[in-house]
Amino acid sequence: MPDKNSSRARKGLIMIRKRTLVLRISVFLLIVLAIWFTLSSALVGRTAKGPDASTSDRRSEGLVAWRQIYSVLTSPRCINCHTATNYPQQGDDRHRHFANVIRGPEGKGVPGLNCVSCHQTENADSTGAPGGHNWHLAPLSMRWQDTNDQPLSSAAVCRAVTDRAKNHGLDGAGLLKHHEEEPLVLWAWNPGRRPDGTARSVPPLSHAEFVAATRRWVDAGTPCPKGR
Amino acid sequence: MATYQLSVNGQRKEVNVDPSTPLLWVLREELKLTGTKYGCGISACGACTVHVAGVATRSCVVPVSLIGDRPIVTIEGIGTDPVGRTVQEAWVEKDVVQCGYCQSGQIMSAVALLKATPKPTDTNIEESMGGNLCRCAIYVRIREAIKSASEQLK
Amino acid sequence: MRGAFKTENDLSLNRRSFMRVSAAAAGGLLVSLYFDLPAAMQEGRPTPPPKVYPPDAFVHIRPDGKIMIQVNRLEFGQGVHTSLPMILADEMDADWSQVEAQLAPAADAYKDPLYGIQMVGGSGSIAHSFRQYRELGANTRALLVSTAADRWRVTPDQCRTANSVVYGPANQSARYAELAHDAARRPVPDKVSLKNPSEFRLIGKRVRRLDSRAKCDGSQKFGLDLDLPGMKIAMVAHPPVFGGRVKTVDDGEARRIGGVRDVFQIPLLKGSGVAVVADRFWTAKQARDRLKIDWDLSGIELANSSDLFTKYKEMARTPGNVAIAHGDDEALDQIAAGNRIMAEYEFPYLAHTPMEPLNATIRFDGDKAEAWIPSQFQTFDQMAIAEVLGLKPEQVTFHTEFAGGGFGRRAVPDCHVPREAAVIAKHLRGTSVKLIWPREDDVRGGYYRPMHVHRVEIGVGSDGMPLAWRHVIVGQSIAAGTSFAALIIKNGVDETATEGTADTNYDIPNFHVSAHHPTVNVPVLWWRSVGHTHNAFVMETLVDELAMRAKIDPIAYRRKLLKPDAKKLRAALDLMDEKSAPWRTKLPKGHALGISCHESFGTGVACAVDISIENKRPKIHRVTIAVDPGLAVNPLTIESQFQAGVAFGVTQLMAKGAITFKDGRVEQRNFDGYTPPYIVDAPVTVDVHIVPSTEPPTGCGEPPVPVISPAVVNALAKLTGKRYPSLPLVAI
Repeated sequence: MPDKNSSRARKGLIMIRKRTLVLRISVFLLIVLAIWFTLSSALVGRTAKGPDASTSDRRSEGLVAWRQIYSVLTSPRCINCHTATNYPQQGDDRHRHFANVIRGPEGKGVPGLNCVSCHQTENADSTGAPGGHNWHLAPLSMRWQDTNDQPLSSAAVCRAVTDRAKNHGLDGAGLLKHHEEEPLVLWAWNPGRRPDGTARSVPPLSHAEFVAATRRWVDAGTPCPKGR
Repeated sequence: MATYQLSVNGQRKEVNVDPSTPLLWVLREELKLTGTKYGCGISACGACTVHVAGVATRSCVVPVSLIGDRPIVTIEGIGTDPVGRTVQEAWVEKDVVQCGYCQSGQIMSAVALLKATPKPTDTNIEESMGGNLCRCAIYVRIREAIKSASEQLK
Repeated sequence: MRGAFKTENDLSLNRRSFMRVSAAAAGGLLVSLYFDLPAAMQEGRPTPPPKVYPPDAFVHIRPDGKIMIQVNRLEFGQGVHTSLPMILADEMDADWSQVEAQLAPAADAYKDPLYGIQMVGGSGSIAHSFRQYRELGANTRALLVSTAADRWRVTPDQCRTANSVVYGPANQSARYAELAHDAARRPVPDKVSLKNPSEFRLIGKRVRRLDSRAKCDGSQKFGLDLDLPGMKIAMVAHPPVFGGRVKTVDDGEARRIGGVRDVFQIPLLKGSGVAVVADRFWTAKQARDRLKIDWDLSGIELANSSDLFTKYKEMARTPGNVAIAHGDDEALDQIAAGNRIMAEYEFPYLAHTPMEPLNATIRFDGDKAEAWIPSQFQTFDQMAIAEVLGLKPEQVTFHTEFAGGGFGRRAVPDCHVPREAAVIAKHLRGTSVKLIWPREDDVRGGYYRPMHVHRVEIGVGSDGMPLAWRHVIVGQSIAAGTSFAALIIKNGVDETATEGTADTNYDIPNFHVSAHHPTVNVPVLWWRSVGHTHNAFVMETLVDELAMRAKIDPIAYRRKLLKPDAKKLRAALDLMDEKSAPWRTKLPKGHALGISCHESFGTGVACAVDISIENKRPKIHRVTIAVDPGLAVNPLTIESQFQAGVAFGVTQLMAKGAITFKDGRVEQRNFDGYTPPYIVDAPVTVDVHIVPSTEPPTGCGEPPVPVISPAVVNALAKLTGKRYPSLPLVAI
């Protein structure tokens, strides 16, 4: 019986075996490719273009770090003194500072109404007046808002922060040191009590995390997001 | 409680108070210098303005513990300063005061302005006096008196 | 406060009072005043102790030549400390350089001749006491002259006086101080002879304030500055909602603060609170803020601003109690819709926030008490303190302290602050206690200018003039439940809510004004110019709108619409027209003109403002303001009142110029949330022009306030094309 059947069956089996082999080889090759791909991304940066893989990985990491930095810079404790107007802001709702206090020619207020008329070198928790060394407004070159008190985009703030013509000539190392040591920066994490006795809110990252993010960003070459 | 040595109107004064006590209340209650006034307690009105190391300072928000050895001048002492005296005379000559409660602070702020800017423009005046509240609202005479004082400080 | 105006004769001394003179124990002459006291009480009166003036003295001529004049009202900025003595000194021919003034303590002699209580308000200081002080001065002079005349054996009309000296016909002269001792024994003249206005040497002149220097060198003491031996400071934790009661108090933390003397519950007029007594202000405040209080708010109405406005607007759709109705009620309904205007206005609660926080110092000694209060209402405050302490009013020695502003906040019919202080003083018998309301207490503590809604429908004729006017006002009654109710509420209408509209000087046919007075759990009070604050705004913006519609010049329109006999307003309008003409027609680009005129407290005022928009706010570059206040006693003071009063009026326009309620709680805390005008918000220049007049003087304290808001908003309408029927101006 079945010479025809067994010959067909044998052909079928061979077909199946061939397909299985092809399948197995394909799967094997896929796995090898995946491993190679993953390893190469991890080691040399993600690009299909080969030699630029490390740069763009580094840039991505730097941008991730920048996003973290931006979240701190645009939090009230920081951005309230980085205005584009002739006045500071106050409060978590960032309203215009009361009593018509203004910037003045050097960001220190005006005679009779200086920043230091109220803000001493330390927080005055008993009265609700925050304080820190050399309390003053960031210069207009370091504004992080527009004249309608809206925060600037991540790209715009990054450009301002990294522009050495605007940032007192700070390079990456300088920026890192600024974030790590500048008293008014440190103040943001020790902002004292409001007049009603409640504690002021602090930035979304701890100071240590902020410094670490800065370090990563600096190491990545202080990349800025593209765009306006 | 802590003891502080303060320089007030050229005199050395010792006070024993809670460190958190605002300078305003040390002046008014320990030293009986009531010329400096309490209007709001949150530095919004300027009635408490004194000079600390020559800087106009809102004494209601500055705890005495942060003063140190910086010399303090109050409205009671500003008359010995030539600019202070000129401002006070201009205030009297122009009949500025109404209820007068804010005027110690107005004068101290005006003196700070004129010491830094002897010939202030209208904008200078508005900016420097911009945080001093007068509920009687006799602002136009405050402007006039500052200009008059400025003219006399040639 | 509103004023009611009587003739000069009603205010004459002779019909109602007796003058008496005596020797002061410290030497010199005391001129006293008694109101309707039986003759018997005046004889054999013992000499008062040297260090205290008898409470009824008005003038003390001292042996050294100094003349002390008592001022029968609080000095709180309006200048009576100078202008009332001026009046007396002028008639007396006193040497002005020797005059000193004092704020009189509470006593019968110092009661307002019109109202019969010692008070300041209603812009009535000069209006009510002008004649009184003239007569006192004239009588004193007459006594001194007759003393000298007797000495020289001449007749009084052969003598003349000048600068505290009497001169005889033959070169004789005698200083008042020399004559004082003898003058004290003479009978008081029964006819008073007042100067002819042409003889005034001080009245009508620009005389500088007597209290100026002290207020510039820190030596002037206000109520808050008082310091007494052993004095304690008290503060009260008030319920967060009016009428709340203390359920439980945890005062452990508070008591642990060094210098805290006592913490105890006290009843308030409504509800209860917790008093803290300490050695120092800062201690008291720290302790008070550390109290943990559980409040019982059950059954208490929780005010809510947005709900109230909704309710008020609904109420305004139906007529209320009639304030005034003349002509035909239905005339309006017969006018075609195209010739009708409807407008709805909203006004918020306003706090006074005088610069000096509220305070009262009292010491209770069991059978007597002493009080030191910067009070606008001495008679009532004294009575209230006596009531709390179980004393008669005359057992409470009541000193009037200088006040850092008031604007009505220190004239409270229920005397709640002195009452609070008295309750605490009673608890601390024998110790002086100064009760202070820190600024937060003041902003949140009630007694506001009430919120209002107005709904107005106007039918306009073909000539652009109103043919019919229906006006409904909704707002709490200030007088209801107070001792002023009978005087002020007529036909269910509180006249302080409708003044400025119901008594308008415009000749409006078919005029119907009515009012609803809802009851709300928010205490309310008069705020400088009271009902005129909102009524003038409505009237002057609507009149302006009518003028614009008719394409008639706003000044000309007002001239046409004013009643022919609105003499003072017409005079003010004419003078304002004349003085503003040079600049009115030459406004720079981006500037606009605003006009308004309004009469209040007997005084006619008209103003022109020049504004532009800067930083999204109205910038007032210039105000030209003309006033007819009758005889101008001290033009320098009047000028000051108007220069400042218009800036005060800007309070109503400030972006943060509203007290608002949510769940019964005030949403503002201090000047950061409720913000009055600073120098940048005030007009840059104000030129004041006084209509010359010989009519009896009327008030200047409140009349400047109502005109500024409508004038500014009328100017804004030209710049933006918008109308602003809702105050404050949050956005332009």
